[in-house]
Amino acid sequence: MIISIASGKGGTGKTTVAVNMALSSKDVQILDCDVEEPNVHILLQPKINETKPVYISTPLVDEEKCDRCEKCSEFCEFNALFVTPEKVLFFPELCHSCGGCMLVCPKNAITEKNVQIGVVKKGVVEDVELVYGELDVGEPMAIPVIKDVKKQIKSNKTVIIDSPPGASCPVIESVHGSDYCLLVSEPTPFGLHDLKIMVQVLEELNIPFGVIINRAGIGDRKIYDFCEEKGVPILLEIPFQRKIAELYSRGIPFVVEMPEWKMKFQLLMDDIKGRMKS
Amino acid sequence: MEDEVSVTHGRHKGAYEKLKQITVLSGKGGTGKTTITASFAVLAHDIVIADCDVDAPDLHMLLHPQIMKTQKFKGPKLAVIDRTKCIECGLCQNSCKFDAINGSLQIDPFSCEGCGVCVIVCPEEAISLQERISGYAFISKTKYGIMSHARLNPGEANSGKLVTLVRHNARQIAEEETRDLILIDGPPGIGCPVIASVTGVDAGLIVTEPTMSGIHDLERALQLLTHFNILPLVCVNKYDINRKNTEKIVKFCEKNKVKVAGKIPFDPIMTEAMVAGKTIVEHSPENMVSQEIETTWKKVLSVLYEE
Repeated sequence: MIISIASGKGGTGKTTVAVNMALSSKDVQILDCDVEEPNVHILLQPKINETKPVYISTPLVDEEKCDRCEKCSEFCEFNALFVTPEKVLFFPELCHSCGGCMLVCPKNAITEKNVQIGVVKKGVVEDVELVYGELDVGEPMAIPVIKDVKKQIKSNKTVIIDSPPGASCPVIESVHGSDYCLLVSEPTPFGLHDLKIMVQVLEELNIPFGVIINRAGIGDRKIYDFCEEKGVPILLEIPFQRKIAELYSRGIPFVVEMPEWKMKFQLLMDDIKGRMKS
Repeated sequence: MEDEVSVTHGRHKGAYEKLKQITVLSGKGGTGKTTITASFAVLAHDIVIADCDVDAPDLHMLLHPQIMKTQKFKGPKLAVIDRTKCIECGLCQNSCKFDAINGSLQIDPFSCEGCGVCVIVCPEEAISLQERISGYAFISKTKYGIMSHARLNPGEANSGKLVTLVRHNARQIAEEETRDLILIDGPPGIGCPVIASVTGVDAGLIVTEPTMSGIHDLERALQLLTHFNILPLVCVNKYDINRKNTEKIVKFCEKNKVKVAGKIPFDPIMTEAMVAGKTIVEHSPENMVSQEIETTWKKVLSVLYEE
């Protein structure tokens, strides 16, 4: 079973929920798909036992073979190629690695060149397996790194996916294919606004979902009204507590110091499993 | 008014030399970028404001813009298969690098990047690329100045290109109205929309929090600014929730010759102001939080204009 965790707004507690849930369950694999700013490993401190590079393929033009016909630049929907009388200019930050330029070149002058844009790391801590991606700083495209992280999914385990904030392509790539999605929000106007955007995304993707309200007690009640009107279940509330915030600031998952919460996360997991069956 | 524009990355050469641009970013989400940017907008008077967090924009909830102009944003195209011509050979599915075509030869609009490879491999010319509207860009009036912002449709791709459009619009307004400062609220992360939000700006203010995750993400955001040769500034929000970590951040900044523009205390009044739909500096101008935001803004300006 794959459970993804998303939010729309950043900093609502996605990683906190993902990590505490993983530490409260058996036989889990946790995937950090926030490859721009991965944080799961900071809270779990795993022993890294494998690091794999992530490559994208970009075109390499053989200037000898190229006759400047411009078919490649005409084809490229992303304007990553520009043909001048002297040479073909390539803008790597615009390339989507679709491979089309190689297909259209009548002189076979374009070949694939692999460029590293990040890494995937694997590690373990206690009963938890962790896989996370790290996009190289300055690289724009997170998607290929997220895809490589997701290739490591072990379908015989309970898989927890921590997604990036926002509601655009990296989030879709992260939650795509999950059996259930937990939306972590906070009872503030920003939290609710961005939650609504994610609800729309999940409805379109046809992924069942429930809400976790973090920092319950701050802000207002509008998020509760919204969930009730929409019939979205609120599966867990995590109160705003100085102790929880403080543990997080020190990089400690709160179930470690507040073991009474383990049971709540186990019940949450059972609740989700029950919802999946019905 | 609706029109299309072509946009380019980076600074226009020779245009309006006096113009300064600053982006508020964070790496980690939820550190208080938007709350702080909105307060800066109030303190600054008559600047151009740009919300570049296009997939989860929140700034409008504090600045209450009145939309004057709406532009359609065309994102990536979408491949469409003409079933009457399709012979189900599966070539399109095999050539798609984005796994956007499934076994029954249906195209998943969320995965399709509109590259057109399927179009050229199809022997029956059954596939074409169609335009799709991925969002809207707006130019609005606020009490505090003109605001350029946008809304990417939920789940769409290419937010970087929409960010570039928002910045292009902001720049155009600044030139037409001779405003000399653009204040940009950036998205979280360090990927494509963030890069589009920081290229060519005069300074980047990273809002961080004194948590282990905040520190980790701050380091990556700083590397990003260095990579693009942009002057970095740091602001520690909720600095008093973990003073030891705040000290670590300040020391780290000193070691790397990065200026700390301010330290803002934690106060639940921030959330109260948000619930009231107001910036903290208007809601509680006497509060320490507001005072510190004002000090931070002054420091940012002094750095921006001494360079």
